[in-house]
Amino acid sequence: MLYGYMLCMSCKHNSNSTMVLQDTANWPATFGLGRPATQAEIAKLDIDVRPDGKGLPPGAGDAITGKTIYMAKCAACHGTGAEPMDVKLPGPALMNDSAGADRNKLKTIGNYWPYATTIFDYVRRTMPYNAPGTLTDNEVYSLTAYILHASNIITAQTVMNAASLPKVTMPAKKLFVPDNRHAGPEVR
Amino acid sequence: MLGGAATAAVMLFKSSYGKMIQAAIPESVLQSADPTKTIGPPPGEIGTRSAFEHVVKKTSDISSRTPLQDLYGVITPSDLHYERHHAGVPVIDPHKYELLIHGMVNKPMVFTLADLKRFPSVSRICFLECSGNFRNSKETLTPQEICGLTSQSEWTGVMLSTLFREVGVQPKASWFLAEGGDAAIMTRSIPVKKAWDDAMIVYAQNGEAIRPEQGYPVRLLLPGWEGNTSVKWLRRLELSDQPYMTREETSKYTYAVKDSIRQFSFEMDARSIITFPAFPQQVAKGWIEIRGIAWSGWGKIVKVEISTDAGKTWQAARLQEPVLDKAHTGFRYLWQWNGDTTEIMSRAIDETGYTQPTLQQLVNARGTDMGGYHMNPITAWVIQRDGKVLFKPEKWK
Ligand code: HEC
Repeated sequence: MLYGYMLCMSCKHNSNSTMVLQDTANWPATFGLGRPATQAEIAKLDIDVRPDGKGLPPGAGDAITGKTIYMAKCAACHGTGAEPMDVKLPGPALMNDSAGADRNKLKTIGNYWPYATTIFDYVRRTMPYNAPGTLTDNEVYSLTAYILHASNIITAQTVMNAASLPKVTMPAKKLFVPDNRHAGPEVR
Repeated sequence: MLGGAATAAVMLFKSSYGKMIQAAIPESVLQSADPTKTIGPPPGEIGTRSAFEHVVKKTSDISSRTPLQDLYGVITPSDLHYERHHAGVPVIDPHKYELLIHGMVNKPMVFTLADLKRFPSVSRICFLECSGNFRNSKETLTPQEICGLTSQSEWTGVMLSTLFREVGVQPKASWFLAEGGDAAIMTRSIPVKKAWDDAMIVYAQNGEAIRPEQGYPVRLLLPGWEGNTSVKWLRRLELSDQPYMTREETSKYTYAVKDSIRQFSFEMDARSIITFPAFPQQVAKGWIEIRGIAWSGWGKIVKVEISTDAGKTWQAARLQEPVLDKAHTGFRYLWQWNGDTTEIMSRAIDETGYTQPTLQQLVNARGTDMGGYHMNPITAWVIQRDGKVLFKPEKWK
């Protein structure tokens, strides 16, 4: 059981500290463990949505429908805007009335999120917090449209669906840069 | 000072936890009769922590922090490992557990827990640290409160590269999505290169099955990387040619650097903290063994330096063997305190040549809007004339 670890303790590390593993030269091409996945079981779990729209389901929704759903299923925890409330809400504020609002004061979807598809993916996978996974795809499209409209990014009439959602350009996208730290003395 | 049980009880009695201690330990146990005159309990099925010890995590709504100041050596007892989860700890039946690997692979496959345990296994000691591991609001902070979101275990499992070889990852796949089976259905995108480097799929921690809070029955383990990427309760891996831009890699785990927002900031930069003497301890004039831990997500710690004169001069501490790759490393420095007010601090240096920065160096590199994640500045403790030790908070906004 422990031989991998022993080997690791005595092995050489390159500058990036890659762990050198046990010799795999005489491993079989396959260990024959596990079983092939069926298309049905992949489809059941494969709920992710990419920025290019891959993974978005059929269906559609708009901000007007979304507002009604939001008030019923989300506002109790997230409030109705960016205004500070008298009581501390369980969930973060989701909307600023202007997408350009100072993100150092309050980070919201409109001034901080780089991709609109993330709203659909996240809300469908885990909201409402107290009843995750209970929203229909149409409801999630409508809620996404409402949040985008309330953040001044799309109009009230714009319909969100698998074709239109990936085309929404988020104001903060241009600010995002990949990590530029690397191994070495420099503090970045 | 950190000695026997009686001393510990007195120290804790003086602390703010005092009341809890008295309630937790029945009077009869504390004032136990001569133990050489009564027979104790027989051998049991499971061990217990001494009733005199009251070592606990510090909880908030979203996390609980390891009591770094109360630990010895570098292995965190599993029940004291820090916790951070987004929708509570799920209950997953190991007999029903399955891991799905699909996407840009030649053979999409499903592995049961029993399958995973039959693959060639590897054990490795490394730290796990949340990249939000930083508090500096006031003088009365303990090591646990400042940076208790780091813990260390020996992890056992199968190398992710072994599984990727089994399913046949396609050459064009450059990222994979890791997804958890909790109510947050936590997701992160990870570069495939990490799988070929040192990523593991682990099912055991410190000699037993992983604790539920740490991902039972199976989690991803990415040594040296921010804890959130080591997705717990792992249910699915999907290979892709681009990242998914999930909420945890856009809205969260990103931070301002000058006029930009830094994303996919994975490695934990080198850091250290003196865990003794530290708030709320009080020390006496004379010999003090300064103790602490140092670690780096980029490799091994090669040196820890101590200053006992507020950063004017630095001396090398002794490192405790074994010094492991991407692991908490113990250090000690023997110091004679003359009783004058002073500041003590430590800085970690890793094998890449990186030296743990001051807060000012971080501000210079990132600008004053920095914060939230990947904060690793030198931590200083002020020792007052009366021997009281206080954290030294520094403002930058
Ligand atoms: C019971 C309270 C509750 C309800 C109801 C609820 N949420 Fe949430 N929501 C939360 C909490 C708590 C979080 C933070 C979760 C975390 O950080 O892991 C959150 C996070 C979010 C986020 C991410 C915010 C960010 O800045 O990263 C979005 C988007 C969101 N919720 C949308 C919704 C929508 C849409 C609904 C209605 C369908 C909803 N929520 C209903 C509590 C709630």
